[in-house]
Amino acid sequence: MHTVEVENLTVAYQKKPVLTNVNFTVPEGKLIGIIGPNGAGKSTLIKAILGLIPKACGEIKIYGKTYRAKDKIVGYVPQRGSVDWDFPTNALDVVLMGRYGHVGWFKRPGKRDTEIALESLRKVGMEEYANRQISQLSGGQQQRVFLARALAQDALVYFMDEPFVGVDAATERAIIVLLNELKEQGKTVLVVHHDLQTVREYFDHVILLNVNMIAAGPTEEAFTMENLHHTYGGKLAFLNKSQVMVEQK
Amino acid sequence: MSYEMWILVIGSLAGISCGITGCFLILRKLSMLADAISHTVLLGIVLAFLISQSMNGFYMLIGATIAGLLTAFFVQLLHSSGIQEDASIGVVFTFLFAVGVILISLFAKDVHLDVDHALMGEITFVPWDLVQLGILPEMPKAFLMLSMVLVINLIIIGLFYKELKITSFDPQMAAAIGIPVLLIHYLLMGMVSMTTVASFDSVGAILVVAMLIAPGAAAYLLTEKLSVMLLLSAGFGVLAAVVGYYVASYFDVSISGCMASVNGVIFALVFLFSPTKGLISKNFSMKKIKIE
Repeated sequence: MHTVEVENLTVAYQKKPVLTNVNFTVPEGKLIGIIGPNGAGKSTLIKAILGLIPKACGEIKIYGKTYRAKDKIVGYVPQRGSVDWDFPTNALDVVLMGRYGHVGWFKRPGKRDTEIALESLRKVGMEEYANRQISQLSGGQQQRVFLARALAQDALVYFMDEPFVGVDAATERAIIVLLNELKEQGKTVLVVHHDLQTVREYFDHVILLNVNMIAAGPTEEAFTMENLHHTYGGKLAFLNKSQVMVEQK
Repeated sequence: MSYEMWILVIGSLAGISCGITGCFLILRKLSMLADAISHTVLLGIVLAFLISQSMNGFYMLIGATIAGLLTAFFVQLLHSSGIQEDASIGVVFTFLFAVGVILISLFAKDVHLDVDHALMGEITFVPWDLVQLGILPEMPKAFLMLSMVLVINLIIIGLFYKELKITSFDPQMAAAIGIPVLLIHYLLMGMVSMTTVASFDSVGAILVVAMLIAPGAAAYLLTEKLSVMLLLSAGFGVLAAVVGYYVASYFDVSISGCMASVNGVIFALVFLFSPTKGLISKNFSMKKIKIE
């Protein structure tokens, strides 16, 4: 069973294509890295799959069906920088937002939702900070709160946009442990990722993007020097360093 | 009720409605859209007058709400087709406002609708503009309108509290879980337009912006909870209306001007003295860090 199928996807911003002809399928219960240089369309890919931006053409299916938000099978972690952390609210409240899709119109999250939210905070090691104003959290803690919110969504497929950017090493480790736990539960996690050095360690599958899709598949097959050259083009100096990493493994 | 009481009640009602809707504008960084809407409702009022040939407040409320929504719609349209948001606001509202001004000078010269009044408002005369509704005793029109708008605002916020909150904090996530972000946006814009036009008679189009933004901006500096921010903001709105009235009668100056000025003063005080986010406490903690 494919959890996510993308066929011939093209996305354009005002006539300028930002993603062209993307095709891939994602198997269930894997960690998938979405890799590519800045401006490659990695976030755009996630947003297009979630229907947050319109697609010029193409077909997207999640568990064999066109995605609808009300199916509540998808969890989303936007980039941390995409929201204003000075918003007057606390960590628990943000995690509770993960339950809003389940709560329905005209209702408030109930006791059960609060329990789930607290449990999610515990899973990311943030239960002590439940009542902390979000602006007083460090970058890594804010990222954990976002992750907890996605956990509270209780989804089957998770999309995470750069969860490792600007977090400390401890948080990165904690996030990876968590992602592997999700995987063991049969959930599928797609992660936009920047650090080429950790790709082999973290991900079962990769999708290499640079406006066009360069390659997609199991990490050993798709994450090759040749494909990286295609993805990153002329940025060789930068690549040489990661070349070492790739060949060492 | 006495003349004085009516002014206090009407000012306070405007203060509460403006205060709570303003909070969401601040959190969504849409303060300037409030400025735009406060001007374009003029066009709605004029059109409502020209079509209905009456000064009936309810037609005006509808006209103004439509004008406000159109403003929000056009701004969104220009913005999503690549024009910067502030430029979109600037173009849309000046154009619609100008059309309103032309229509007034063409068709409505002799009526109560004059540009000065629309811009500045005059709460002084509001208590004498009475209306009789059913078996209720005579009451000022402005009171009836503002009470109605406040009830509508409270119902909307009560029903859509979590949607308003999540679309203000994280619209992308909201859209991903199926909350109609744009619909909630227009709902809020509708609230702002209604609130603006109901407060129009009392404080006018320009000063209403002070009542929309200043209390919320002050409340934002004092709390870390949205619900508390809404309550504080409403409280500041009432405080400004009451203090503003007494200041105005003491110095014998414009009541609406004073109400709006007091809003500014409250904000300035909070900005300086807020225990966590105030200028003084911030400087103090910076010094403390330096010493340590």
